[in-house]
Amino acid sequence: MTTDQPSTADILDTLVARFPGLETSAYRGQTRIVVGEPASLEVLSFLAAAGFDLLVDVTCVDYLEYRGATRRYGLVYLLASTVTPRRLTVRVFVDDPEPTVRSVVGVWRSADWLEREVWDMFGIHFIGHPDLRRLMMPEQFTAHPLRKDYPLQGRGERHNFPVLTREDG
Amino acid sequence: MSIAPDHDTRVRPAATREEDYLWTLNFGPQHPATHTTLRLVLKLEGERVVDAMPEMGYLHSGFEKIGEHLTFNQYVTVTDRMNYISPMANNVAWHHAVETLLGIDLTPRCKVIRTIIAELARISDHLLCNGAVGLDTGAFTFFLYGFYQREVIYDIFETLCGARFTNSYTRVGGVSQDFTPLVIEKIRTFLRTFPKTLDDMERLLTRNRIFVDRTKGVGVLTKEEAINGGATGPVARASGVTRDLRKDEPYLAYADYDFQICCAAAGDCYARYLVRMQEMRESLKILNQAIENLPAGEVNVGVDQRVARPTKQQVYSTIEGTISHFELSMSNRSFEVPYEESYAAIEAPNGELGFYIVGDGDDTAYRARCRPPSVLHFSLFPQLIRGHTLSDVVAVLGSLNIIAAELDR
Repeated sequence: MTTDQPSTADILDTLVARFPGLETSAYRGQTRIVVGEPASLEVLSFLAAAGFDLLVDVTCVDYLEYRGATRRYGLVYLLASTVTPRRLTVRVFVDDPEPTVRSVVGVWRSADWLEREVWDMFGIHFIGHPDLRRLMMPEQFTAHPLRKDYPLQGRGERHNFPVLTREDG
Repeated sequence: MSIAPDHDTRVRPAATREEDYLWTLNFGPQHPATHTTLRLVLKLEGERVVDAMPEMGYLHSGFEKIGEHLTFNQYVTVTDRMNYISPMANNVAWHHAVETLLGIDLTPRCKVIRTIIAELARISDHLLCNGAVGLDTGAFTFFLYGFYQREVIYDIFETLCGARFTNSYTRVGGVSQDFTPLVIEKIRTFLRTFPKTLDDMERLLTRNRIFVDRTKGVGVLTKEEAINGGATGPVARASGVTRDLRKDEPYLAYADYDFQICCAAAGDCYARYLVRMQEMRESLKILNQAIENLPAGEVNVGVDQRVARPTKQQVYSTIEGTISHFELSMSNRSFEVPYEESYAAIEAPNGELGFYIVGDGDDTAYRARCRPPSVLHFSLFPQLIRGHTLSDVVAVLGSLNIIAAELDR
């Protein structure tokens, strides 16, 4: 492992100087920054160029029933580096009725399926995604099951799907 | 033959487009060589794969939704069913993430025990993965050698916790059962006998002409593609990425052991096979050091922390034990969970397996996101298979170790 890389603190300093108004926090040694939706792509591209070359995960949390939450969807970008062991969590908050965020597929190819999964499960629209189809649920499915207003049981279960017979199959 | 589809389609009339001569083949979702339930739509020109469209979701069971309704200890049973080839590693990953959120520091004995079971899980996973690559390329004996040793590991797990396959072994702040002398004896016997089988397996396949021809230069993943595509674990290491969480972010007891990260530069199926074979040897090194230096003492964290169930001895003879046992059984007085969120990952046999958990004061997670390594590996599949033949599909698929249950969750 080489050590001539800039430290995470240095990268964050440069980032905050370039994009004022970023909130940073830490929990259990994990640094998190909250980015406004308009600047998310620029911030993430900057971080990718600054040494976070690995996009570990893109996921989302629906804060509908969460205590003290003001915004509904919190996207989570988990970044890491393959050169030095470091991590960074980037949060982007979006709201109903049309939660949209710009896609980072152009920065990391790994975002392709991860963003499709977030679209499938939460209904967050990724602008600029080349192929935003559902990843897990069937095409004719209309809901987004990991939203908090989607029940655990009942809706979307097997009996609600059309039965394909051999004749019309 | 042209692999890039666009350049001709604009100049020729639609009826004579090159694509019209392509044959579409549905591979899966039920096919013996996919091993699990996943589907590939292959565009073939003769026997050559021009394009592939992987599709998943046939095994989607809403594990993440279930994670919002089961307590931290109950959900471990669901993690067993994610990567069912190495359930112990999933158990360790889940409770590692929970303990990171809750800020629980494990006892030294528990750390070593979890390291041992995670490494045994790695060996059994690599045995099956490499065995399946062998099986799909025509080496059935190799697969049987590997599966016999997997049975031995199943026996160890059965002696340890009663379950062979879906172990659900870990608990918040500890494990369900401590190591008994019989378990330690069985692990020692395995460590004595397994290297000989591993030598035999290497002699069977590593220089086997048929196997090398089938895997070398097939499904090449470059280092840049691996990083950009989010590959982790043996798939990334076979492409020259030197990232291994056991070394980079040492968790459990890994910092205490002497072992090496196994890497290769070629990035093809053969390199992935070699990395997995070598990783089993490194796992044996870790296991030997761990089992001979197993710390004495309690395996679960103390009663004062109120997270792990006290022993029956403590319940019946101390008031703290009684209270702790009672409170942990009550749904409204269980763990103290912060209104916070954290991510923690381990180096699972397949790559980085992490959980992003959001706590909301309750002993069930508000959100339990699993970061499965297989999803990102499967999304790399089209670029690995383009230009190769239909028979290479199974070699590439096997070497990526795609487990549909982990893919779909």
